[in-house]
Amino acid sequence: MFPAELKYTKDHEWVKDLGDGTALVGITHFAQDALGDVVFVQLPEAGSSHAQHDEFGTVESVKTVSELFMPMACEVVEANGELEAHPEFVNEDPYGKGWMLKVKVAGALPDGLLDAKAYEAFVSAESH
Amino acid sequence: MADLKKTPLNAAHRALGAKMVDFGGWDMPVQYPSGIITEHQAVRTQAGLFDVSHMGELRVKGPDALKFLDWLTPNAVTKLVDGQIHYTGFLTELGTFVDDLLIYREAADDFLLVVNAGNIEKDFAWVKEKAAGFQVTVTNESDATGQVALQGPKAEGILQGLTDLKLADIAYYFFTRGMVAGKPCLVSRTGYTGEDGFEVYCRAEDSELIWNAILAAGKDKGLIPAGLGCRNTLRLESKMALYGHEINDEIHALEAGLGWTVKLDKGDFLGRAALQKAKDAGLPRRLAGFRMLEKRDIARDGMSVVKDGAKVGFVTSGAPSPTLGQNIGLALVPAEDAKVGSRIFIEIRGKAAEAEVIPTPFYKRS
Repeated sequence: MFPAELKYTKDHEWVKDLGDGTALVGITHFAQDALGDVVFVQLPEAGSSHAQHDEFGTVESVKTVSELFMPMACEVVEANGELEAHPEFVNEDPYGKGWMLKVKVAGALPDGLLDAKAYEAFVSAESH
Repeated sequence: MADLKKTPLNAAHRALGAKMVDFGGWDMPVQYPSGIITEHQAVRTQAGLFDVSHMGELRVKGPDALKFLDWLTPNAVTKLVDGQIHYTGFLTELGTFVDDLLIYREAADDFLLVVNAGNIEKDFAWVKEKAAGFQVTVTNESDATGQVALQGPKAEGILQGLTDLKLADIAYYFFTRGMVAGKPCLVSRTGYTGEDGFEVYCRAEDSELIWNAILAAGKDKGLIPAGLGCRNTLRLESKMALYGHEINDEIHALEAGLGWTVKLDKGDFLGRAALQKAKDAGLPRRLAGFRMLEKRDIARDGMSVVKDGAKVGFVTSGAPSPTLGQNIGLALVPAEDAKVGSRIFIEIRGKAAEAEVIPTPFYKRS
């Protein structure tokens, strides 16, 4: 449920370092499960710049809406256009086809990101 | 969490992998693993089974039962025959809602009142208080009663396999008693989804057996368990009111679009004077059904309706409609904006998002 190669935030985003100065960002299995059926994902334009913790978009499910927060300062290289027609990818494959942004990161990923184990401990505390 | 109330089916929901939420103080399934959209579509095209045991059942009996209820509630209780049901409300002197409910006429001196889960204690106290001076007894049968709702076009075929009752003979908003899966039940052709279907009332201790029997009988007919998440989208598409949303103690029956339940000419009833006055004066606000023009805009309960920068109304319910593939909602708006074709604006995250007032119900079964 929480792949070891990813980093996580307490806002339930994940980050995949692609090793070439770019990274993928999406929401976690825990987040998609809490939202239920996703029907719309609002994402920023390519080229836009964001500070860490900036709200960068929203995920709408049948029953609720949730904001998305940037795990780190970055510039958007690409937003996943597939989600326009297939928002359900976020539920079906949150770490794969449900990715949301490809971003360019200045420098290393911030230290504050959680590894899989720490994130799992965080969500298990939160769901009690 | 520890003091959430549980229905007799709580363990069954957990065994099915349901996601449980606090619903008005009850630990209820919002969805099963198949998800809200799949459950919604199952009810529209096949069948879904809901646990509605949290609903309350009050019984009013006695020589004055008919007279009392006809005064207590706005619909014409005198028009009901034995075995018939209607939708109505408990209204305050102002014509606003204490709750909405179904009244089942068992006999002229025996009525079953089915009320919302979150309002059971309030309603029970209300009915008892108002019953002073009438020869009636009021009892709360909620804890002893289980209830499941089997909804969808396949409902009759599924349930018929479990009972000798001739279900085809039960007309819409009528009920009968008989055995279902070998247990004594009350079966009514009612529901909160806009589809054909039945509500089955049983003894609390028989709930799990009946739940499992119906699920097994429907397994090959597309039946799946359905949670409160899709119950909400289904009822919204069918423009059925939800207490705490379209109706509450600040919204009266006429502006809620429930004038059809208010029989102003039947004689006196609680709230009549206020509603007659409101009708004569003309309604300043009305409930309007709308669809958002942009796919990205989803109106949610409680959002403001704005006009020229000022708040003029609010969304009572809003959600994506799985059947229509549009984002729909209901809002209390100034009467002049409630006409079909009007454009209204809903404030979504600081932006005025445009919506069109459209005919309701949004969905009607063919």
